[in-house]
Amino acid sequence: MKFLDEFRDPAAARQLLAEIRRVARRPWTLMEVCGGQTHSLLRHGIDAELDGVVGLIHGPGCPVCVTPLEAIDLARELSLREDTILVSFGDMLRVPSSHGSLLEARAAGGNVRTVYSPLDAVALARRHPELQIIFFAVGFETTVPTTALAVRQAAAQGLQNFSLLVAHVRVLPAMEAIAALPDSHVQGFLAAGHVCTVTGCELYAPFVDRYQMPVVVTGFEPVDLLQGILTCVRLLESGRAEVANCYRRVAHNLGNPTAQQLVADVFEVCDRAWRGFGVIPRGGLRLRAEFSRFDAEIRFGHMGLPVLEASECRSGDVLAGRIKPPACASFGTNCSPEHPLGAPMVSSEGACAAYYRYGGIARTAERLSQS
Amino acid sequence: MCLAIPGKVVRWLVTDPLLGVAEVEFGGVTRPCHMACVPGARLGDYVVVHAGVAITILDSDEATRVLAELASLPDEAEWPTPSAQEVTQ
Repeated sequence: MKFLDEFRDPAAARQLLAEIRRVARRPWTLMEVCGGQTHSLLRHGIDAELDGVVGLIHGPGCPVCVTPLEAIDLARELSLREDTILVSFGDMLRVPSSHGSLLEARAAGGNVRTVYSPLDAVALARRHPELQIIFFAVGFETTVPTTALAVRQAAAQGLQNFSLLVAHVRVLPAMEAIAALPDSHVQGFLAAGHVCTVTGCELYAPFVDRYQMPVVVTGFEPVDLLQGILTCVRLLESGRAEVANCYRRVAHNLGNPTAQQLVADVFEVCDRAWRGFGVIPRGGLRLRAEFSRFDAEIRFGHMGLPVLEASECRSGDVLAGRIKPPACASFGTNCSPEHPLGAPMVSSEGACAAYYRYGGIARTAERLSQS
Repeated sequence: MCLAIPGKVVRWLVTDPLLGVAEVEFGGVTRPCHMACVPGARLGDYVVVHAGVAITILDSDEATRVLAELASLPDEAEWPTPSAQEVTQ
């Protein structure tokens, strides 16, 4: 496809790899924030190519992975009511909750449907006025405009049977939480390109000043990723803590003001619990008071069920970048995409799933034998 | 989750600030996309679509410029690093 295939060119990738190896005079440790970037790095073998040159720590940018268990438990309970349809992105369905996944809830008679877009949930609400349609709104700043648009459309159409279970998260507070960890090894960040498409790049300037490390806005194709890594290494080698934009075709420096306004009309910043992190100040978004009639938690209330996290799952350490997935004793043994203990093994953006799919058991054994 | 792909705007179906929809082509496959976040998009523009919503207009001049740079990159060439000044411009 145009504007994708060109950025997968092996010759350009090889040149960029050579240039990174030439420029790096010492090993550097970067964090790619976005789970989509993690998968792309592993799928194309970039992490292996740069082994010993640039260490890549995988960030928490997997919305499904950081959605708190309480929210998934609530979604599951809501799906089991007689009068509801719980609507979700497909990624969420197999994530284990305290009492089983949404997929298992569906098998038990729960009404769970997947959609490609939150606007599809609005259309479903129009078609089923006799049922309550609840959209499980997970996602970072990239996704928030799509749910804001869904709320605005539902309001404009006077829909009484549409609501959101909001678990939206913001990427910058999570980067701050990671940079502030006393045991953090991160020296530079590759910022999530599609988040910046909405937010712009300038919001990272205070972060760069405060933590004195470069932030490079980076895309998702192998050439984009290598360009981002090279730029970050160059900045580190020359001792410059700056914001750089290596994804200019898509992430404009001011972002998308129309999308930002849409979000600001519907949502406001709030503290939010992240799975694996605990509460992150200003780490999420909630509906503004004037749209509270679309808030499923207000409409249906909390269930107050006990939250049960699998004790042998180390997804919190994986999400904070403290360990790589193969360092978890459960990885590939009693935790696999078919039988996941935690969300990072399920999601198409989870680091555990990326290692399982592209690194495989061979790499796990190799890494464990080295440790 | 933040997956977003570029496609070409081939036909407007609904022109409305909130409910706008256009047909967008992705490598030969077309599907309707919500256009409320890209009110300035014109036929032939490439938009980046996430969860059924176009979230930005792709800067094709910028893409072409980067590709030209890549094509002309000699093995030992210095890869240009955007400065903070360029970023804030």
